[in-house]
Amino acid sequence: MHCWIMAASPISSSGPRVARTMLGQVVLPGEELLLPDSAGPGTEGSAEQTLRLGAVVRPRTRVVCGPGLRRCGDRLLVTKCGRLRHKEPSGGGSGGGGGGVYWVDSQQKRYVPVKGDHVIGIVTAKSGDLFKVDVGGSEPASLSYLAFEGATKRNRPNVQVGDLIYGQFVVANKDMEPEMVCIDSNGRANGMGVIGQDGLLFKVTLGLIRKLLAPDCEIIQEIGKLYPLEIVFGMNGRIWVKARTIQQTLILANVLEACEHMTTEQRKQIFSRLSES
Amino acid sequence: MKETPLSNCERRFLLRAIEEKKRLDGRQTYDYRNIKISFGTDYGCCIVELGKTRVLGQVSCELVSPKLNRATEGILFFNLELSQMAAPAFEPGRQSDLLVKLNRLLERCLRNSKCIDTESLCVVAGEKVWQIRVDLHLLNHDGNIIDAASIAAIVALCHFRRPDVSVQGDEITLYALEERDPVPLSIHHMPICISFAFFQQGTYLLVDPNEREERVMDGLLVIAMNKHREICTIQSSGGIMLLQDQVLRCSKIAGVKVAEITELILKALENDKRVRKEGGKFGFAESIANQRITAFKMEKAPVDTSDVEEKAEEIIAEADPPSEAVSKPVLWTPGTAQIGEGIESSWGDLEEEEEEEEGGSDEVTILDSVKMETEDPSAGNHISDDAPIVLSDSEEDEIIILEPGENPKKTRTQANSKPEKVSSKKAVRKKKKKKPAN
Repeated sequence: MHCWIMAASPISSSGPRVARTMLGQVVLPGEELLLPDSAGPGTEGSAEQTLRLGAVVRPRTRVVCGPGLRRCGDRLLVTKCGRLRHKEPSGGGSGGGGGGVYWVDSQQKRYVPVKGDHVIGIVTAKSGDLFKVDVGGSEPASLSYLAFEGATKRNRPNVQVGDLIYGQFVVANKDMEPEMVCIDSNGRANGMGVIGQDGLLFKVTLGLIRKLLAPDCEIIQEIGKLYPLEIVFGMNGRIWVKARTIQQTLILANVLEACEHMTTEQRKQIFSRLSES
Repeated sequence: MKETPLSNCERRFLLRAIEEKKRLDGRQTYDYRNIKISFGTDYGCCIVELGKTRVLGQVSCELVSPKLNRATEGILFFNLELSQMAAPAFEPGRQSDLLVKLNRLLERCLRNSKCIDTESLCVVAGEKVWQIRVDLHLLNHDGNIIDAASIAAIVALCHFRRPDVSVQGDEITLYALEERDPVPLSIHHMPICISFAFFQQGTYLLVDPNEREERVMDGLLVIAMNKHREICTIQSSGGIMLLQDQVLRCSKIAGVKVAEITELILKALENDKRVRKEGGKFGFAESIANQRITAFKMEKAPVDTSDVEEKAEEIIAEADPPSEAVSKPVLWTPGTAQIGEGIESSWGDLEEEEEEEEGGSDEVTILDSVKMETEDPSAGNHISDDAPIVLSDSEEDEIIILEPGENPKKTRTQANSKPEKVSSKKAVRKKKKKKPAN
């Protein structure tokens, strides 16, 4: 990602800044952000001084650290370059607890498996009762044949080498080989499993996937108005799309790939041209 | 890294699309991707982009003795390398098959076709000939490496200029680039490889396959031709069986494509020559566009740097002088000494002083073993250590022998302020003799 870096404050400013003031701005790895103490809005200015390591006074708010941030003492340390984002806790705050989520919106193409992510994988090997699935990470994930809906020892799922699988990670950390399953915690498939035979698989950047999966994404709504289609998004950057004809599928694939670099007007133009033809 | 496997779904889709004469990027069956040629500042350096496939070519030359059985011919050497950044599957040990095949094909195309006049590379028969070396690096792999590589090779060779040489009797004079303009190589014709990919046992044909199409293809036919419609090399791999009229058809298509590509190459060479003659800017910085992500750009906020220097100076002036960490050596027993207490090093400060000293006076202060002189205060410095006992008269090393003694006083002065007289100075340093360049 190309970052145009501007000094919003002079370089000689002292130390870390309060996270709340940096929302929407570009942060770089190595920067430290202060969490505002929840002692009250009036004392926010003096909050910086009262934070001390191991102090009896603990920050009241429990802030969740999202991707790109790491907790370092009482502060947040930025580990990825991107824009800082924050989401308020929904509801009235759960019992005076949550202080929202902070994360960094960054852009990359290479996927690192994260627990709970839904991804599209390609089956590379079948060994005994385990499938090896390539998800684009450093290691192939393992998928047990029992992790499908309605699968028993007698009733094995019909999965061949080279099939596409949509599943989620149950184990994904840097020390172990990732493991995925195709059922949710209730034992139901919920859309996961083997993806159908036709259709096209292509790869995009991770940032585009997150944008497309955001609630109320305009792009998806506009695409839906164009042609009837089936589409599966994997958080590892893979998209599977199927429309009625090959031509339509190709058009959709090209449009989605190009969406990354188009402005809203260009996109609207393209969609209007497509819907006319 | 292992290559991403191709799923059944993709394979099926691609084959079905090809049956319907549709390609992933919307090209027609016989269409080439966009070819872009850019030149570097040196002669003989170029980057060719065929769609997203990128090859960098560089030509260099050297005077060597010729081969024994070809005493009057120059030597040509071709080398194609698949860089690891081209594709995740390219690892240092793993690419041998593909690499050998590509190199062999390139050699046959360029060497056996005699496109370069090797006799003109001879300087002194039997003794000195030019060795021309063409190095090609694949920077990005998106299919059809051989085409891009052959275009890069021939463009680099046409662009290259070798130093001028004149032979008078027994004397060979090699002119440097500034003395005489370098001379282009003598190239008879430009052979270019055209690739044809076959699918479904030869039923369907595609020109210039990209990476996905290459993965599902059954076989590949490469025809190297020049614009005079002479076939330089032809190679069919993959074990498919082709009919005679298929091969003839391919050669006709190749003839058309080569004509187009040769025109493009000549135009690019012309352009570059014109820009260089007119004195305009040339090189990669000009011809390769900045690939910016133009959507969602944040506005550049102006940074006011007008008073940065003053601010910096203020900060420095107001800051406390660095603490007086005296590197006082403490001698515990004869032979062992400790300098400092393991806190932050103050070596940097010492070096600063040394430089100031040396800048200050050029004289060598030679110390006697017994006498201790106070140092010349005009340099604005001071010294810290104890009285050294000079053992040798050598003026090269600075030898400081430590002895347990009282605390030396070290005072620090700022660079620009007046030098103070230090009271209990036990002068000590033997300075390096500064030999001014005469």
